Amino acid sequence: MNDKLIIGGKVIKSRLFIGTGKYASKKLVSQVIESSNSEVITMALRRVDFDNKNENIIDFIPKVCTLLPNTSGARNAEEAVRIARLARATGCGNWIKIEIISDTKYLLPDNMETIKATKILSDEGFVVLPYMNPDLYTARRLVEAGAATIMPLGSPIGTNKGIKTEEMIKIIIEEIDIPIIVDAGIGKPSDACIAMELGADAVLVNTAIATSENPIEMAKAFSLAVEAGRLAYLSKMGAKSEIARASSPLTDFLSEDVN
Amino acid sequence: MSFFEEYKKNEKVDFELVFSKVSEYEIKRIVNKERINKEDFIKLLSPKAKPFLGIMAKKAQELSLKHFGKSVVLYTPIYISDYCSNKCSYCTFNQSNNIKRRKLSYQEIELEAKKISKSGLKHILLLTGGSRKVSSVAYVIEAVKILKKYFDSVSIEIYALHQFEYKKLIEAGIDGVTIYQEVYNQERYMEVHLAGPKRDYLFRIDAPERACKEKINKMNIGVLMGLYDFRKEIFFTALHGKYLNDKYPDVEMSFSLPRIRKFKGTENFDSISDIDFVQMLAALRIYLPYFSINISTRESNEFRRNLLPIGVNKMSAGVSTAVGGHIDNDGEPQFEIDDYGSVEMVKEMINEAGFQPILKDWFSI
Repeated sequence: MNDKLIIGGKVIKSRLFIGTGKYASKKLVSQVIESSNSEVITMALRRVDFDNKNENIIDFIPKVCTLLPNTSGARNAEEAVRIARLARATGCGNWIKIEIISDTKYLLPDNMETIKATKILSDEGFVVLPYMNPDLYTARRLVEAGAATIMPLGSPIGTNKGIKTEEMIKIIIEEIDIPIIVDAGIGKPSDACIAMELGADAVLVNTAIATSENPIEMAKAFSLAVEAGRLAYLSKMGAKSEIARASSPLTDFLSEDVN
Repeated sequence: MSFFEEYKKNEKVDFELVFSKVSEYEIKRIVNKERINKEDFIKLLSPKAKPFLGIMAKKAQELSLKHFGKSVVLYTPIYISDYCSNKCSYCTFNQSNNIKRRKLSYQEIELEAKKISKSGLKHILLLTGGSRKVSSVAYVIEAVKILKKYFDSVSIEIYALHQFEYKKLIEAGIDGVTIYQEVYNQERYMEVHLAGPKRDYLFRIDAPERACKEKINKMNIGVLMGLYDFRKEIFFTALHGKYLNDKYPDVEMSFSLPRIRKFKGTENFDSISDIDFVQMLAALRIYLPYFSINISTRESNEFRRNLLPIGVNKMSAGVSTAVGGHIDNDGEPQFEIDDYGSVEMVKEMINEAGFQPILKDWFSI
């Protein structure tokens, strides 16, 4: 099946992106990447410790992976832009996940500031993956601003509540032509599967894997769920119906429509 | 509006009455709620909730894991001066204590910084005694600039400042402010703060808000447990934190839970048992799960290790509480520390407990 995900000119085989926060050790991150087969790995630039041997998270990410530094800690567009530039200057590549949060309670992204930062950074040649609160107008403006993907949240970050924004995400998938990556709130493999069945191009998972009892196995479970969901989406699932329908209609031989 | 008004409104709460009515059923109901309110929180602070500490701790653990995962940020304090113009009955730096005082020169600060940075630590907390004259804002600003060369995150724990002074320090590069009210009960506050500018209760209580107005990144508050009824004091600490968080949602909030340690002159204060301490920590986590909790080396290595799974997000390591303590051992320590572990030992302890020590979680942007 010719099913490629292309972001910023790169072909991505694994549709499961993973985060590196909240793990019990950095070594565990390497193991999780291995068991999940993930290729795109995000990390907070503010946590990258370039000076200390054994402490630099980047050393625990296989070289074949694409680094997706994020702007965690930024409270506005200006700070996000500065973090992005620093990420590129320190050799983390030119992909950047914009995360602008100025509410420490719900950790919801600030869509307006995110649009501003996306424009500035994509003009500077970054491959910009903006994390956003699913809203169609924002999604359109992000596309205009030059975003490489749109990353709508499934539910507030870290809550493991699943795809609570399903209807909004469906609209965005329907209307927006660039890849849609559901990020945040995915609490279990079945949530990831639902996102993929809806037609999301990929999902990003961190808390649900990092805080499970066995992150290595859980990463594998997520990887399988993402594949299953993608395959289901490509296979065009049967339509949902509110009322029961017999699978072998008994009334097909009649020439007139009968319900 | 100031937090003082909020404090006044809640001062009349009949804690004893609420405390006396708590049942096992109620604790279970509260622990099973997704979000608890102020009234629920008071019940969790009740001595009658103690037998159910197991389920409280379990809930606290779940919330800690969800919000912070398995990582703990490490930092260390640097004491640059112990001259003080206050008379606080619980503190060694008390102006009337006849101790050898010291203020580090800029060269000495640089030496200390260099020495500490060799441990790999990237977060530092700058402390001074309460003398504005000796450790002026200008002096602290210069010290911050020096520390910025060696550390990614510089916070301060000094006397209460005016808003414009917080602004200057933020411009100089600090990203965090720690300031403890010490005790919210006003009468008790006046009893233990015998003289000096710190006697100004209102100026102290509004200090965190002045820093928040200047958009400090991280605000850390707390009380000195043992100065007054710790259950009530923890209640007001949480209330203060919530007040600031509701008003300044962009500021990352955290709590410290310092217990009074026996020292010259502190023999007369209450001591807080381990079980009471754990109850306060768990209750705070359940009420405000997204607030960081900071545990210093006032607590033993073993105790800190046991607290980790319940919910500790920041820990000090490689600590000296004496001025110039890393370059020599002349200074008088502010309080005796219990955890003498070097940075490596603390890292090992955290690893063994199944957590990841984080040396760097910030940079100036």
